[in-house]
Amino acid sequence: MRGARILVEALRCEGVEHIFGYPGGAVLHVYDEINRHEDRIKHYLVRHEQGALFAAAGYAQATGKTGVALVTSGPGGTNAVTGIANAFMDSIPVVVFTGQVPTHLIGNDAFQEADLTGITRSCTKHNYLVKHVEELAPTIKEAFYVASSGRPGPVLIDMPKDMTAQEAEFRYPETINMRSYKPTLQGHPGQVRRAVELMLRARRPVLYVGGGAIAAGAHEEVRRLAEKLNLPTTCTLMGLGTFPASHPLSLGMLGMHGGYWTNMAVDNSDLLISIGARFDDRVTGKLDQFARGAQIIHVDIDPSCISKNVKADVPVVGDARVVVQQMLAEVERQLDAGERIADRTAWFEQIQEWKRQHPFFCHDEGEVIKPQRVIEELHRLTGGRAIVSADVGQHQMWTAQLYGFENPRQWLNSGGLGAMGYGFPAAMGAAVARPGEQVVAVVGDGGFQMSFNELATIVEYDIPVKILIINNGYLGMVRQWQEQFYARNYSHSNIQVAPDFVKLAEAYGVRALRATQASEVSRVLAEGLEARGPVLMEMQVNREENVFPIVPAGAALKEMILG
Amino acid sequence: MRHTISLLVEDEYGMLPRIAGLFSARGYSIDTLCVGPTLEEGISRMTLTTHGNDKIIEQIIKQLRKLVKVIKVTDLTERAHVEREMVMLTVNAEMGAHRQEVFNLVEIFRAKIVDVSPDSFIVEMTGNAEKVQAFIELLKPIGIREMVRTGTVAMTRVAATRQQPKGNEETFSQLTLNEKV
Ligand SMILES: Cc1ncc(C[n+]2csc(CCOP(=O)(O)OP(=O)(O)O)c2C)c(N)n1
Ligand SMILES: [Mg+2]
Repeated sequence: MRGARILVEALRCEGVEHIFGYPGGAVLHVYDEINRHEDRIKHYLVRHEQGALFAAAGYAQATGKTGVALVTSGPGGTNAVTGIANAFMDSIPVVVFTGQVPTHLIGNDAFQEADLTGITRSCTKHNYLVKHVEELAPTIKEAFYVASSGRPGPVLIDMPKDMTAQEAEFRYPETINMRSYKPTLQGHPGQVRRAVELMLRARRPVLYVGGGAIAAGAHEEVRRLAEKLNLPTTCTLMGLGTFPASHPLSLGMLGMHGGYWTNMAVDNSDLLISIGARFDDRVTGKLDQFARGAQIIHVDIDPSCISKNVKADVPVVGDARVVVQQMLAEVERQLDAGERIADRTAWFEQIQEWKRQHPFFCHDEGEVIKPQRVIEELHRLTGGRAIVSADVGQHQMWTAQLYGFENPRQWLNSGGLGAMGYGFPAAMGAAVARPGEQVVAVVGDGGFQMSFNELATIVEYDIPVKILIINNGYLGMVRQWQEQFYARNYSHSNIQVAPDFVKLAEAYGVRALRATQASEVSRVLAEGLEARGPVLMEMQVNREENVFPIVPAGAALKEMILG
Repeated sequence: MRHTISLLVEDEYGMLPRIAGLFSARGYSIDTLCVGPTLEEGISRMTLTTHGNDKIIEQIIKQLRKLVKVIKVTDLTERAHVEREMVMLTVNAEMGAHRQEVFNLVEIFRAKIVDVSPDSFIVEMTGNAEKVQAFIELLKPIGIREMVRTGTVAMTRVAATRQQPKGNEETFSQLTLNEKV
């Protein structure tokens, strides 16, 4: 069969049910097969390749399955790059198929030629250029394996057009064995033992959980570890939902916009246990001031993350779930051997005291809509169970702080790359992946204008995404920095010139609602969330609201500004 | 500190830019780089020298190991190993004193004259980086017209490969370095 058909058959073998894509000359053989086999692999035609990658990412983040995107050569591939970089930064398993000019034209500056393997080398986990049609099936097998194993990430397969036209026998490899790629899953037993010794003895421990714990499916184990050892637990922006927000041991999110009590707990801890987190600069603030009194246990499947920013005292390379299971077993052993868990009453009292001193706050001002209240109301009306996908900006941080995520894969956002335009298409991917569940895209007026082309997509396929625009007429996060760090010089952050979002949605055939007063928020949200199919809800919020606390860039955690 | 790192990689399309790109993207520098085949078909050896503090070197090694098609990364610096570079030099060698001086240096450094003309020689020399540099410095006063120098290639000494790792408790770097993602 021809290469294009091999691709479709290979996707079936991988259990792929949905792909997001956009056609063009170099992938027309593939598209010629795609709509003949749509009974088993459904293709969603996005309206921009970036949307295909964000949708594939949202699909993967909401399920743990590998997302798949298909785009054409040249501009198709370059349009996808932001989405690929996003998947790379947030370790999202995605396989991207790009078209390429025919083999004999490569290097010729041919029409719609771009060196896509070259361009994406530094933002993929790995990429391939298919040079013989016989290699196509084994390459796809390897790509799915690499994307989804170890530290997950995007893998790109560049397919010259002739590779999809030429014929070969279809044989899909059953197993895979790469001498150059063998992720370590099991933690070193000696390190696990040392880690548990420290965890038992610590008087002021903090468990610090990141997106890696979600990728590994370690949430149950993490909760058991926290409960067993009585560990206050904080999640990173990427890790929210790994540990239930309502749990008595939950400290919420740490870092630049983390809670005061959370950052103070980290700053004053004597032991920081990191599971699948990478000590990002948005988490640590000024490095040499970070958790200076703490010993560091760092569990990560990627050795290069360990001691990259903060030197680990007990490094453990391995899969978060496997390692935490090992830890739980070791805890039992040590408790049986007569070890005791140190008394932490004073530590919990101290944390409570910090929380009493400076909780998250929001000063209501009559009928002005406060964005924080919108998020709280969203939580209430969805019972805290919606899948929420945020764009990038202030609204993202309020959602992270206030929605209260109880489950992993419930919170989607672009954490590492911080790519505006992510929120809405990612929600679309999540809604495709988890039909029947409430999916809400919380977006800013700026970011939505980078992605609203996908309104046509959700209408075409009746994807029931609820879009909640936090409209402040500003690139709010930029404005906040300008207010706080640039003497209120609001240079190019005012975006009041914008479409009427309600009319815009209606132009696409999407139902739309708007609230301009605080008293309308509940009704609009309730009506929008209950309606069938896609709905857009616009909240015209207080224009100059700020996100607090905020750790200024480059400052230490404890230097956060409280508001 | 200068480090010599030896890599075994799959002999695949685009390996060199993957390695080079890793260094440039993360702001590390490659001082020298040599690539060649190994006895096993499909596997290439790259030997590179770089410099940086311990933290940087640790990151370089970990990041190299993380590349999906890199099979093995060895930092030879701390093991007993042999390093060689080769240099070819066109040097002034007019009839008379200079010609004899070049002969003497060639003899002392166990170099080789591989091409002769009435007023110059092409000299070939191999040795470790310091020896090569010393040779070059001594020839400079006589006059070097052109120089071509390879990067370093290196090999672990046989005795060293038989040594057992010291102690039972693995060191931190072994623990986090001996793994791939
Ligand atoms: C593609 C991209 N360009 C620029 C930025 C920088 N940036 C970060 S937040 C932000 C403002 C976002 O404005 P809006 O979408 O209205 O959200 P708000 O902060 O007002 O809630 C900008 C411009 C970015 N993150 N991504
Ligand atoms: Mg805004």
